[in-house]
Amino acid sequence: MTLGLHLPGDSVIHRLPVGWKIGCLLLASTGLFLVSDPAWLALALAGVAILVIVARIPPSVMARQMAPALVILAILVAVQAIFASGREALELGLRFGALLPLACLVTFTSRVSDMIEFIERITAPLARIGFDPAAVALALTLAIRFIPVLFQLMTEIRDAQRARGLERSPLAFFAPLLIRTLKMAHEVSEAIEARGDPAPPDGPAGRSRANRK
Amino acid sequence: MVVKHVVHIALFAAIVAALGLMPPIPLPVIPVPITAQSMGAMLAGSILGARRGGLALVVFIALVMIGMPILSGGRGGFGVFMGPTAGFILSWAVAAFMIGHLTERSWSRLTLARLIAFNVLGGIVVVYGIGIAWLSLVSGVPIDKALYGSAVFIPGDIVKCVLASMIAMTVKRSYPVIRR
Amino acid sequence: MIELRDVSHAFDGRMILHDVHLRLDQRRIGVVGANGSGKSTFARLLNGLLVPTQGRVLVDGLDTRTDGKAVRRAVGFVFQNPDSQIVFPIVSEDLAFGLKPLRLPRAELDARIDAALRRYGMERYRDHPCHHLSGGEKQLLALSSVLIMEPRHVILDEPTTLLDLRNRNRVVEALGDLPQRIIVVSHDLDLFRDFDRVIVFDGGRIVADDDPAPALAHYVSLMS
Repeated sequence: MTLGLHLPGDSVIHRLPVGWKIGCLLLASTGLFLVSDPAWLALALAGVAILVIVARIPPSVMARQMAPALVILAILVAVQAIFASGREALELGLRFGALLPLACLVTFTSRVSDMIEFIERITAPLARIGFDPAAVALALTLAIRFIPVLFQLMTEIRDAQRARGLERSPLAFFAPLLIRTLKMAHEVSEAIEARGDPAPPDGPAGRSRANRK
Repeated sequence: MVVKHVVHIALFAAIVAALGLMPPIPLPVIPVPITAQSMGAMLAGSILGARRGGLALVVFIALVMIGMPILSGGRGGFGVFMGPTAGFILSWAVAAFMIGHLTERSWSRLTLARLIAFNVLGGIVVVYGIGIAWLSLVSGVPIDKALYGSAVFIPGDIVKCVLASMIAMTVKRSYPVIRR
Repeated sequence: MIELRDVSHAFDGRMILHDVHLRLDQRRIGVVGANGSGKSTFARLLNGLLVPTQGRVLVDGLDTRTDGKAVRRAVGFVFQNPDSQIVFPIVSEDLAFGLKPLRLPRAELDARIDAALRRYGMERYRDHPCHHLSGGEKQLLALSSVLIMEPRHVILDEPTTLLDLRNRNRVVEALGDLPQRIIVVSHDLDLFRDFDRVIVFDGGRIVADDDPAPALAHYVSLMS
């Protein structure tokens, strides 16, 4: 399976249930903001480094994913060092230096489908207030399914506009993209309803309105 | 929830994601090509309305969170939200909801000028407000310095507001979604 | 058997289908007509995607107006564009989608998915992203996702229109082997040569309803 940033593996961290990993990440991020002693922050950073080694995440992969955030972080650290104090700059650098790879670690060691299942599970109690966890899971999986379909559609439209010399006109790109997406949405919802409607039907009136092409 | 609404939400989330995968498109006026991804919130709000538009961006954010590399530049995962600029991404959902709400309220007498105003309000005021407040809060950098640092992106974003509004007006004419 | 009793359908105040009265009890039925002739609306009436503005549609005695859910379980529907019909990212997930409400045990679910994949020799794609399949394979997956629900009738709305010749032939061959009643809407007249019955629509009315040869001859003369 090639979806997402997941790196397959069988480390302890890979095998940990997704819910535990997300829980630990939330605890760790809260903890890192409560602590301000650079010594403790440095210790946390070392701990995260050990976890990354345990999960056998290649440093190059980690670096590539974190690079854009690290650039911004470096600027912010510089701003703090100039306008505040060296200690505050150090705190900031260590705090995010630990937090960013930890968060990436959760992402690299968890499968997208397990995450969606987790979301469906934790939102289940909300069913009582009219919230539909099945609809949430459907929306997430549908979106993943349609990212490559829409990417292909975008490429087609861009090529067509280029052939007509309209490559600098965003309107000529977005208007057909959005109209074709809305038509596709009509077809997709018809197909979902035909395949055994997971949500309650919206009544004959709603359905004949949906007939519009 | 109506199946079609779930599909609208999912497909718009997928559009925002796919825009992050496209190479930056050249825009008129602005010399450097910029990513169109941040137009996603404006388009979702002004085409789908408050609820569906806002939820489309919530789904997009959830996809980034669960590890899809769909932010422009191939970024994704929890790391994005632990970084100092997370507020800008998170604000897209609020922006889409607000643009959608304002658009719905004046749907029958919507003009291009009005829609541009809504998009500036949501796409710039809300996004920069939340983004800069977050940045300053988590990094300790004073608000005014964070604002100066971000200000270079504002002209490009104004162009995007105008474009998104023109696009949404065109779509409204041929395929209106709100109030149907 | 599917039965239409004095069915008319209007949309936006415009009549799309006039007074259709039919019993569909042959095994393979073709439906042809020009664009806008009402044939797609006709197909959507048969599984309750649309409810007629007048008259009744009965599927094995179930009224599409009141028993929508049961009707949709009995009548599978394959659309023209498989990209709009495949709703899950991974092949096995898409096959499992319709079965979800049945809450089958894991082993039974896997067995059904494997059987569905074997039918068209697609076992190796089990855990592949759907997006990597060819057009014909996507249409066969869409068909498999419908057949896994074990419907008694299958309606196909222009199932070969978007396919190249080789893929079209694969899908046609797959259709020939189905034990279910199939009702195919298509412009691909060759498809209907050995069907049991062909219905011709024009301007929202049935203008011919016969064996394939005479019905198709009528359609061709109508179009020229």
